[in-house]
Amino acid sequence: MRFRMLTWLASVGVLAIFAGVLVSLGVGALPAIKAFGIPFLYTEVWNPVTAQFGALASIYGTLVTSLIAMLIAVPIGIGIAIFLTEICPRPLRRPIGIAIELLAGIPSIIYGIWGLFVFAPWFQSGLQPWLIDLFSDVPVLQDYLGGAPYGIGVFTAALILSIMVLPFISAVTRDVFETVPPTLKEAAYALGCTTSEVVWRVTLPFARTGVVGGAMLALGRALGETMAVTFVIGNAHHIQTSLFAPGTTISATIANEFTEAVGPLYLSSLIEMGLILFFITFVVLAAAQLMLGALERRAGGVSS
Amino acid sequence: MKNMARYRRRKRGNAIFLTLSTFSALFGLAWLAVILAALFYRGLVDLTPATFTEMTPPPGVPGGLLNAIVGSLIMNGLAVAAGTPLGLLAGTYLAEYGRYTRLSFFVRFVNDILLSAPSIVTGLFVYEIIVVRMQSFSAIAGAASLMVIVVPVVVRTTENMLLLVPNGLREAAAALGAPRSAIIKAVTWRAARAGILTGVLLAIARISGETAPLLFTALNNQFWSTNLYQPMANLPVVIFQFAMSPYEGWHELAWAGALLTTVAVLGLSVVARILESSKRN
Repeated sequence: MRFRMLTWLASVGVLAIFAGVLVSLGVGALPAIKAFGIPFLYTEVWNPVTAQFGALASIYGTLVTSLIAMLIAVPIGIGIAIFLTEICPRPLRRPIGIAIELLAGIPSIIYGIWGLFVFAPWFQSGLQPWLIDLFSDVPVLQDYLGGAPYGIGVFTAALILSIMVLPFISAVTRDVFETVPPTLKEAAYALGCTTSEVVWRVTLPFARTGVVGGAMLALGRALGETMAVTFVIGNAHHIQTSLFAPGTTISATIANEFTEAVGPLYLSSLIEMGLILFFITFVVLAAAQLMLGALERRAGGVSS
Repeated sequence: MKNMARYRRRKRGNAIFLTLSTFSALFGLAWLAVILAALFYRGLVDLTPATFTEMTPPPGVPGGLLNAIVGSLIMNGLAVAAGTPLGLLAGTYLAEYGRYTRLSFFVRFVNDILLSAPSIVTGLFVYEIIVVRMQSFSAIAGAASLMVIVVPVVVRTTENMLLLVPNGLREAAAALGAPRSAIIKAVTWRAARAGILTGVLLAIARISGETAPLLFTALNNQFWSTNLYQPMANLPVVIFQFAMSPYEGWHELAWAGALLTTVAVLGLSVVARILESSKRN
């Protein structure tokens, strides 16, 4: 009986941690909520000197970087899953699968230091000027992909994020693909379908929910990713049209400014941003949970 | 003729599709190669014996990472020591006593959210409940924030591994008259030992590179300190601060630290994977 109580208490402890996070952030954010109210969410001003704070630039940066990262990572992640289930020779599947999953094992700070010292300089001198040149005469796009090549900025952060979340998408997608009954695929092949037709018309429709769930899981990770983004986004509290301009995200703002924040309102504003981030990721991850609910959960690491 | 054209178009479409898929796999592998190559190229040069024997230096002076390495080991050790029992017990409840209860449903849901929740938020949480109370950044707070990350990983793997244990084993032990608690401790835990260890290793791998929650809990310490009530140096925050600084000497140490961290983390996850697959087969 005592052992049973102990295990029960421990599992309630998990709930308590979750509740503790919510309550402590809520209490910490209270002064800022009282001072700024709802407009906190759509005010761009971030001025520690006058103690005027608004989260819009950070929220915008968080959403935009994650969105671009997903636009890049979802098709490529699904492509990797297709490669692993349909094309790759069987003996190579496990090694290549593990290698891709290692991308998720690399700590985010490593992506950060690599992004800052290796990727950003290369991007600045190689790809970026070419992109700016390429789109300089295209309407609309010239605004989004224009300006000076800094190397660091919103686009760089998004690109690195996309590499980081790639393994989450490919691992979940591959697992769902493997749940597709072979008879369905064989039936399609017997009718003369090509591999691409089987994937488009049988595998993907069957695995749809799981694939979306995997993408949501990856999105949840991307939204909250801190260190990699902090290194390369430039930490500027302005919303600029150009994706090559420096920006900031919720997590980068907190990481950069928290220990230097003076004054209760400054600290409280940062905590309120943490609360907003927690809320956004909660919604996204909960949706992912519901979609992946039916699928078998895998051990600790990548896809759970 | 029309049919032949259509046939060729389908074949071409298929070839393009397969090529694109292959390229996406190459894309992923290429980034892994590029990142690891840069890490070893920069890190190996900067990794010297002094890295392991000297303290983090002021700018412009040679030095090492000894205090940061030791600090990371202490805080990781504390976090795992505190988080593993909690996670193990909670995972046991989910898989054994409460497999179908409503509570378990909620705990699973919340646990999986915590598993992927932004780590910077756990840092804020521990800042609020420990750093503010103690009015000081401390190694205790750092370890606590890492513990919050350890628990969900251990819960998840423990539950999964216990569910793999065949019910026949439990029934055999029950038929011998063993009480439930004895069955769990002597039979199911033993049967799932390797799997549970995998979970702990994955948890260590996960926290070894965590930076965000340590930024405002353990903070950093330029000097040697094993006082748990004081700020403590740790590899991830040192890497962050040194890399963001304008000093070349600090950059070199940051690369050395980055290489150390990555080797440790990837090594642990590979060992965990081998353990896991040897268990499965």
